[in-house]
Amino acid sequence: MSSETTNVHTDEVGHPAEHETMTKKKIVNVFFILLGITALEFFVALVLVPRHLIWQPIVNPFYILLTLLKAFFIVAYFMHLKFEKIGFAMAIILPILFIIGLILVLTNESHYWIDLRKTLLG
Amino acid sequence: MSTVATQQIDEIKSTPWSGGHSPFEAEYGKIMMWFFLLSDAFTFSSLLISYGALRFSSAVWPAPSLVFQSFPGLIEKDAPLVFVGLMTLILILSSVTMVLAVEAGHRNAKKEVVNWMLLTIVGGLMFLGCQALEWTHLHGEGFWWGHIPNKETLQEFFKQGVPLLQQQHSSQQFANLFFTITGFHGFHVFSGVIINIIITINVLAGTYQRRGSYLMVEKIGLYWHFVDLVWVFVFTFFYLV
Repeated sequence: MSSETTNVHTDEVGHPAEHETMTKKKIVNVFFILLGITALEFFVALVLVPRHLIWQPIVNPFYILLTLLKAFFIVAYFMHLKFEKIGFAMAIILPILFIIGLILVLTNESHYWIDLRKTLLG
Repeated sequence: MSTVATQQIDEIKSTPWSGGHSPFEAEYGKIMMWFFLLSDAFTFSSLLISYGALRFSSAVWPAPSLVFQSFPGLIEKDAPLVFVGLMTLILILSSVTMVLAVEAGHRNAKKEVVNWMLLTIVGGLMFLGCQALEWTHLHGEGFWWGHIPNKETLQEFFKQGVPLLQQQHSSQQFANLFFTITGFHGFHVFSGVIINIIITINVLAGTYQRRGSYLMVEKIGLYWHFVDLVWVFVFTFFYLV
């Protein structure tokens, strides 16, 4: 009984190749995705914005969206989180959601500050 | 009857959380590195969100395309994003060489690990060099913690007609935040380079070959990718937005 358990244990630890992992080809693919997204950001900043070819209010949300996309590729593939156990991935990703709370609170607060400044400085 | 009961117990014992082995199937040090990076992510987000809040609360802000429009030593003006683009490219490339070192480690290919690690270190040093040039350039214009350029220089970063008081106020905040946040990030890059050098020495000494796994390379790899990840955000919020 106990030897069986040990066998199962070594089996899981002894064969990490069973897990899906990064190959050289995948690494190069992810690199080109990251490079492509950065190139797109540059295209927006250097070509579209100066020539007013893009609706101004969506420029910053667009940048942030592309940034989050890049972050996903770095964390999922370079940092290998996509191939970890789902429970572990959640243990890392869910606490990050607290940051959204701070963003909301401080955005709200900064609007109060700017009004206050207008009232005080005229 | 009793055999059925034993089988049921065996079945329960084979689930990930029933004990006997790590439910995450990850090594202790690697998990701890992830939790350190999580805490570091909170630190960096606090800094970047404070930057966002101060920027939102200002009526004006120095335009990034005007503040960062030079390529130190080569182009003095009208080249926004070019230098920082180079820095971004260097850091992404060094992230790629790092992940290639990890991949070589999985195959226990010592020589390849060393080569990729050395390229990663070179990438890190190049990034630090670029940042030093960037800081020197801004310092030369008059920006520093608690210092802003004189009236004439300051006007270059704003539209015509912005009151001087508002210019000075927002520029001061910009300077403090820029040097604090890129400085904190640069310090992470610097630490990363030092740790990379130590790990490379260990690889050369055959420490991980004797241990039978290059897991340490993977752990420092996580840290290095995180530094790249933070730069992606710093790049967006300081240079693009």
